[in-house]
Amino acid sequence: MAILAVFLPLLGAVVAGFFGRVIGDRGAQVVTCSCLGVAAICGLLVFNDIAVWHHTAIVPVFTWIDAGQLKIAWALKLDALSAVMLAMVTVVSFVIHVYSIGYMAGDPSIPRFMSYLSLFTFFMLMLVTSSNFVQLFFGWEGVGLCSYLLVGFWYDRPRANAAAIKAFVVNRIGDFGFSVGIFAVYYLFGTLDFGPVFGGAAGMAGKTMVFLGMHVDALTVTCILLFIGAMGKSAQIGLHVWLPDAMEGPTPVSALIHAATMVTAGVFMVARLSPMFEYAPIALNTVTVVGGTTALFAATVGIAQNDIKRVIAYSTCSQLGYMFFAAGVSAYQASIFHLMTHAFFKALLFLSAGSVIHAMSGEQDMRKMGGLGRLIPITYVVMWIGSLALAGIPPFAGYFSKDMILEAAYASGSEVGEYAFVLGCFAAFLTALYSWRLLFLTFHGEPRADHETLHHVHESPKVMLIPLYVLSAGALVMGALGYHWLVGAGAKEFWGNAIVVLPQHAGIAGAERVPVWVSTLPLVAGLIGIAVAWYAYIRRPSVPGETARAFEPIYLFLLNKWYFDEIYNFIFVRPAFWVARLLWRRGDGTVIDGFGPDGVSEVTGDLSVRASRLQSGYVFQYAFAMVIGVAIFVSWFLFWRST
Amino acid sequence: MPIAPLPNLLAALPEIFLAVAAMALLILGVFQGEARAAKEVSWLSVVVLVVAIFMVGAQNGVRHVTLAGMFITDGYSIFAKILVLIGSAFSLILSIRYNERENISRFEFPVLVLLSTTGMLMMISANDLLALYLGLELQSLALYIVASFDRDSARSSEAGLKYFVLGALASGMMLFGISMIYGFAGSTGFDTLAAHLGGQATPSAGLVVGIVFLIVGMAFKISAVPFHMWTPDVYEGAPTPVTAFFSVAPKIAAMALFVRVMVGPFHTLLFEWRQVIWAIAVASMILGALAAINQRNIKRLMAYSSIGHMGYALIGLAAGNAIGVRGVLIYLAIYLFMNVGTFAVILSMRRGGKMVEGIEDLAGLSRTQPAMALALGIFMFSLAGIPPMAGFFAKLYVFMAAIDSGLNVLAVIGVVTSVVSAYYYVRIVKLMYFDEPAAGGAFDRHIGVEVNAVLMVASIIIMFFFLYPAPVVAGAEAASAALFPG
Repeated sequence: MAILAVFLPLLGAVVAGFFGRVIGDRGAQVVTCSCLGVAAICGLLVFNDIAVWHHTAIVPVFTWIDAGQLKIAWALKLDALSAVMLAMVTVVSFVIHVYSIGYMAGDPSIPRFMSYLSLFTFFMLMLVTSSNFVQLFFGWEGVGLCSYLLVGFWYDRPRANAAAIKAFVVNRIGDFGFSVGIFAVYYLFGTLDFGPVFGGAAGMAGKTMVFLGMHVDALTVTCILLFIGAMGKSAQIGLHVWLPDAMEGPTPVSALIHAATMVTAGVFMVARLSPMFEYAPIALNTVTVVGGTTALFAATVGIAQNDIKRVIAYSTCSQLGYMFFAAGVSAYQASIFHLMTHAFFKALLFLSAGSVIHAMSGEQDMRKMGGLGRLIPITYVVMWIGSLALAGIPPFAGYFSKDMILEAAYASGSEVGEYAFVLGCFAAFLTALYSWRLLFLTFHGEPRADHETLHHVHESPKVMLIPLYVLSAGALVMGALGYHWLVGAGAKEFWGNAIVVLPQHAGIAGAERVPVWVSTLPLVAGLIGIAVAWYAYIRRPSVPGETARAFEPIYLFLLNKWYFDEIYNFIFVRPAFWVARLLWRRGDGTVIDGFGPDGVSEVTGDLSVRASRLQSGYVFQYAFAMVIGVAIFVSWFLFWRST
Repeated sequence: MPIAPLPNLLAALPEIFLAVAAMALLILGVFQGEARAAKEVSWLSVVVLVVAIFMVGAQNGVRHVTLAGMFITDGYSIFAKILVLIGSAFSLILSIRYNERENISRFEFPVLVLLSTTGMLMMISANDLLALYLGLELQSLALYIVASFDRDSARSSEAGLKYFVLGALASGMMLFGISMIYGFAGSTGFDTLAAHLGGQATPSAGLVVGIVFLIVGMAFKISAVPFHMWTPDVYEGAPTPVTAFFSVAPKIAAMALFVRVMVGPFHTLLFEWRQVIWAIAVASMILGALAAINQRNIKRLMAYSSIGHMGYALIGLAAGNAIGVRGVLIYLAIYLFMNVGTFAVILSMRRGGKMVEGIEDLAGLSRTQPAMALALGIFMFSLAGIPPMAGFFAKLYVFMAAIDSGLNVLAVIGVVTSVVSAYYYVRIVKLMYFDEPAAGGAFDRHIGVEVNAVLMVASIIIMFFFLYPAPVVAGAEAASAALFPG
């Protein structure tokens, strides 16, 4: 069952990718969607199997590497954690596949697109069901590759190409940390299988190893290295720069990247490795600080963006921050819970944004929208649902998970937990603010688009709307539905051994005992945010402009995303170009080619001519060569023997 | 008067059968008359070779010494003999149609090949320096004649004459070496030599000189540098099927003999003779890689190529242990099919009824004859040692043996020269696939069913060796184990 769920998307990808021309656009869509559909059903069945019957298992597929000490098998690790991910990824991905049929209609290379989508899903499934680090890394890299392919799907657009390369390069930086982390794991534990590593983690606590010439705590360094990989993939501050640019890809891709696959990989990894992180408190604190900072940072940037997709992109970044600091305060369950609810409402938001863009004939700038609420009412409604869920307004999904995270952060009692709590609450306010700014700018007020565009505004076709209904239902009920199992009273039974929390860490258990004001604060912050947005964009539309003028430096700072891109450009990109140019012209051209290929081939050619001149054709010369040869060998032999 | 007991002739059955069959076919040819007999005798010779393969194959791998200690059969001889017989059979098959077209079709040709093959089998089974010499001479005398088989061609006669003169010189040196060894060790039998040398601390100078001369004689036969000078001229001058024959069967036999002599009686002197083998191997690899680059004639190119390949095979011998010998045998097996296949293509290079031998004539072959171009491409990549072709594994096994024995420098030189030699192999592929078709258009069709069959078998074996290497590797392993008992 699990094997079907994981490999059906691969099958779909292969069929659509290699036989796309044979089966045509429609065929590719049918094949990939039905494969994903069946996979989703299998995913749900597996989830049911594990959630209800607790049939955790490791399903071996085949042995991969068997070289001396290193034995690595392909195997699917099925427990509560992978079951949640498996079900969520397949369902959301299936919905996005269906949506793509409508959204990509008319694109010249539909089979390629569908194939990439399915392949992307396959790698993510491989990642979440991995039972060892190498398989995890395989899925990890595969996801990175597919994101490159999909972000740069419209390869004739220079911006898409640049964004794809950026996504790839930034991910590589994270992956470097990740792979060094894997080496460290192998060095410490002598194996890369999750089972023995997790079992041995407790014994490894407090041990030191030499890293970069320093004696350091082994687990802490390993976990931080692994976390760097997670930062890259999950777009945490510092390595987040690729995520907003990835918006250059088609909208279903953005939805897939932001909701179900790719960015959640980092969060999943930290949760999966909870048995290791639990014994590395410094690493956990790092996770918390980075997560909290990202949550606030991304939210501040979000309020100044004008591109509808970029706002949502920064929102993802911010929500991922929540998930990370939840994991950092040992509330892994809350983190995964939020990951799941977020998958639904973020996919919903993206796909509705796609619907808006579709309606606006490709326009993405919110300043040129407005008043669309009457024209595309269904999109308008589902966008509200998504935003309510995102802002954490009860009874929508986000309320349950976000509340849980903030309560757990407060309950952890540590300084970093409080830091994350304060930043998280402020970010909750900002989240509501930018969400309703988006809603008000897009759907309310007077239309600012030109007449031509407005004339064409139309509701999306059914094939795009039905996915929106499905996701809306998810955004509505997922929180209430999952609360009991994932973080509530049933959590202990549900998770089993999948997640390890040490007794001294409060985790989600502490969230039960927080004061009332803590659990209501995020909600209040959200409501205030909505109110401010209403005041600024509906009641007194002049306020934003005045504010921006009054605090121009801050506004510019936010608009330019804290100048991360510019700083990186200055510190890394330009010197890299400069060094590369130097190495290419001087190093490669003059030195390596000169002494290497060019020089060697010249010398070889010269020697070759000499060698063939030896062949004079005269027998006496040949005989002479033989005699000389004998003479040399005999002398050498005798001489060598006597010394 | 006591009657000497009849020696166990069963062990030498394949050789005896071959010799008798050669005589019978000779008589048949004479009685039938030249024109009609040639084809018939050729095919019968192929049948004889195939029967001999089965005879050899029927021998078990147990060590038998017979004919007063002169003759030995063991697992090693079985493996090497089968390779030689396959090489001879393939060469004969390739020769039939060619000889007819070139009007040199005579029934003596297959008979000479059979006799030469008999000599080769005797070489492989030699257990005494004199038996060695007898086998070698039987082989060589037949080869001198077939090299000049195209009597009306000056080039062919020249090739035969050159080969004969230089071969005589090499034989002389070898005999001289054998007499030195006999003089200083008191025996010519391998077993007694081994026992005698095993007890000695350091060998006497005379023995060392004798061994060097012996090595020279054998190095001449495998055309290792600096005793290779005859090879390019003879390869170019001899009729092409003869060249194909030269490049496989005698090489394999001589190499097998070389290995048996060096690791048999002289095994205890490994550290002395390894120096010489090392130098010969390095010189062969370097010359084979460099001199071939400049060649315009494909037969000449193949001559240098085979010089280089013998250098690689010698790496395994230099290792001087079971792994090394296994490497040599695997190398020879793969080399056999690569070369037979390549020569099958060269034999098909006929345009307007005349043979062409220039490398440039292959230009654009992929467009005119894609199947042949593909086959030649496979052989070229394999000769260059590019995975997953069989040639890669051949090199892999000898390099592995070299590293295993601490001969790292030798392995490195091997890798570097194989990179250099890849240039001229891949250049042929480039010519075939990326250049405009050569002037004169496509080669003549109707190259013959049997040539096509050889081409197909060889390319399939080379292409898919990596899927199922077990028979060759296991066979070579068993064969090399026979040389290293215990």
